[in-house]
Amino acid sequence: MKKAAFWIAALAVLGGLQLFVRDIVGAYNYQILVLVGINIILAVSLNLINGYTGQFSIGHAGFYAVGAYTCAGVVVYGQEAIRGATGFLPELGQNTVLLLVGLLCAAIAAGLAGLAVGIPSLRLRGDYLAIVTLGFGEIIRVLILNVEAVGGARGFSGIPQLSNFFWVYLGVVVTVVTVHNLVQSSYGRAFISIRDDEIAAEAMGVDTTRFKVLSFVVSSIFAGIAGGLFAHFTMYLHPNTFLFTTSFYLIIMIVVGGLGSIEGAITGAILVTVLLEVFREFGAFRLVNFAILLVLIMIYRPTGLLGSWTLVRAGRRPGRAA
Amino acid sequence: METFLQQVINGISQGSAYALLALGYTMVYGVLRLINFAHGDVYMVGAFAGYYIANNDAVQANLGASWMTAVVVMAGSMAVCAFLGILIERFAYRPGRGNSPYTLAFWLAIVGSSVGRMVGGSTPALLAGAAAGAVLGVGLDRLGIRPARQSSHLTLLIIAIGVSLFLENGGQLAFGADPKFFPEIIPTRRIQLGGLTVDSQRLTVLGVSVVLMVLLTLIINYTKTGKAMRAVSFNLDAAKLMGINTDRIIAFTFALGSALAGAGGILVSLLYPRIDPLMGIMPGLKAFVAAVLGGIGSVPGAMVGGLIIGLAEVMAVGYGQSTYRDATAFVILVLILLLRPSGIMGKRTSEKV
Repeated sequence: MKKAAFWIAALAVLGGLQLFVRDIVGAYNYQILVLVGINIILAVSLNLINGYTGQFSIGHAGFYAVGAYTCAGVVVYGQEAIRGATGFLPELGQNTVLLLVGLLCAAIAAGLAGLAVGIPSLRLRGDYLAIVTLGFGEIIRVLILNVEAVGGARGFSGIPQLSNFFWVYLGVVVTVVTVHNLVQSSYGRAFISIRDDEIAAEAMGVDTTRFKVLSFVVSSIFAGIAGGLFAHFTMYLHPNTFLFTTSFYLIIMIVVGGLGSIEGAITGAILVTVLLEVFREFGAFRLVNFAILLVLIMIYRPTGLLGSWTLVRAGRRPGRAA
Repeated sequence: METFLQQVINGISQGSAYALLALGYTMVYGVLRLINFAHGDVYMVGAFAGYYIANNDAVQANLGASWMTAVVVMAGSMAVCAFLGILIERFAYRPGRGNSPYTLAFWLAIVGSSVGRMVGGSTPALLAGAAAGAVLGVGLDRLGIRPARQSSHLTLLIIAIGVSLFLENGGQLAFGADPKFFPEIIPTRRIQLGGLTVDSQRLTVLGVSVVLMVLLTLIINYTKTGKAMRAVSFNLDAAKLMGINTDRIIAFTFALGSALAGAGGILVSLLYPRIDPLMGIMPGLKAFVAAVLGGIGSVPGAMVGGLIIGLAEVMAVGYGQSTYRDATAFVILVLILLLRPSGIMGKRTSEKV
């Protein structure tokens, strides 16, 4: 009952905001607001691997790309069929079905990609895992570059605009609630135990490989959803959007905010996206000083600005999953 | 058959440049267990240093197009990169391992100079900004803002990513974002070998790389510093207990690796004269793959790995599709890590508890 009330309230608030948010903040700020939302989804999901499970992935952009291209591909090529099947609905209803089908496919594709990458590479640790995820991310990008159906090197254009503030922030709420519940469950305790001491976790009977792959897949699914929302917001995709530098910026977000805290990831995503936009007119100056900021934070405060500070402490409630 | 041999020659010269870069990765990994993400960007700085030295008026007037120019460009660029390597180690990685004074002053001076340049737009403003930043940094240090003495793998890795982003964007500021063209410091001559044509650039690349690798092997195996490097990479703490100044050895390793990266930058610019501030990213990653392939921490392994990556890439372009070029190295990386993570010449080690 409480749950249903929460979701109805979330839908109502977001739907209400959608009606006039653009007029209040202006078209430019609206765009930034939506990008912040997409980055929050990406940062919170990446934090599940890097922050909670303690595995270092720098290939998140790859799964983001899989989601973006899958969603856009399904919608562009399946548009007629889906619209035909839902012809009895009004335009808005058709669009909703279209977007949800696309996002579902994006989530499945990104999840499968996460599974395919995770199973072999999660045997590796630390630096090696980092570099292998980076490699996989780049392989995914090069593969996309060679698929003519999605534009290849020219980029993929003609994607209908289906996502907006409402959908992106609904995605944010779903991501945050899911990750929050997950890390509070017995699964979450398994993730954290792997981060804190993998050998001890294994000795305590935690199936470390299974949980590492699980966190990787869940994280990829949300990256895929973020990709789908991004594709249908900007209406154009190019493989270079998903270079590993994108993964680097996501890492900066979760590191600045504090690894292993959802609030940290959200703060980092907001801070980094907004700061980069505010200082956009300064060109390379902004990125130089940004890089220095990252180095200094890591030297002087390696746990991030918020550290492992959280509003709600993990593990206070008994887990529900076995 | 002849095209195949031609491809082999191209692959070997490309591969020897990767090998030079891979050596830097493998040596730094040996002493610090750190993937120095900024290494590819040091290579970029090397190419630009060479570009500016070769176009310098004094060099042009005194040396002109003689072979001395090539030597001066090479030596100058290696020196610049060695110095850069020492700076990176001193102000980014050493503070990540423990306390080290003037870190904040160094970085704030750079922030100050960039602010000075942006606000004032002149050299005095830039210097004033740098001075203000340095003073602020020293002041904060006196107030007790010190590096967190927490040396985790991840921290160092993220610092390396930061340094890499810093060099790439700093390069765009300092050298401009648009590509430049490296001057022809070696006259092009085509040499016929049977049915094959080799140009003088490729031969130079191959020859210089071999000489540098031999020199490096001599330094590592037959000098006292080299012995200390091997000791540090075998066990840092034990080396420290034996009276080796480990910080000095680590700095020396960075200098050596970075000088090789600088040389690599010049050599690759002979083959592909188009240089830009982001040119180091891909070769850097591929050289790292080469180091892993050969067995990270192993010097001969890096050389072999570089050659294999170079050959594989040239073959992929020659007999496959050029758009897949950048994926070749990563596919090799994934395969090698799954099949034999210790690499071709690496020693099998188990993760220490």
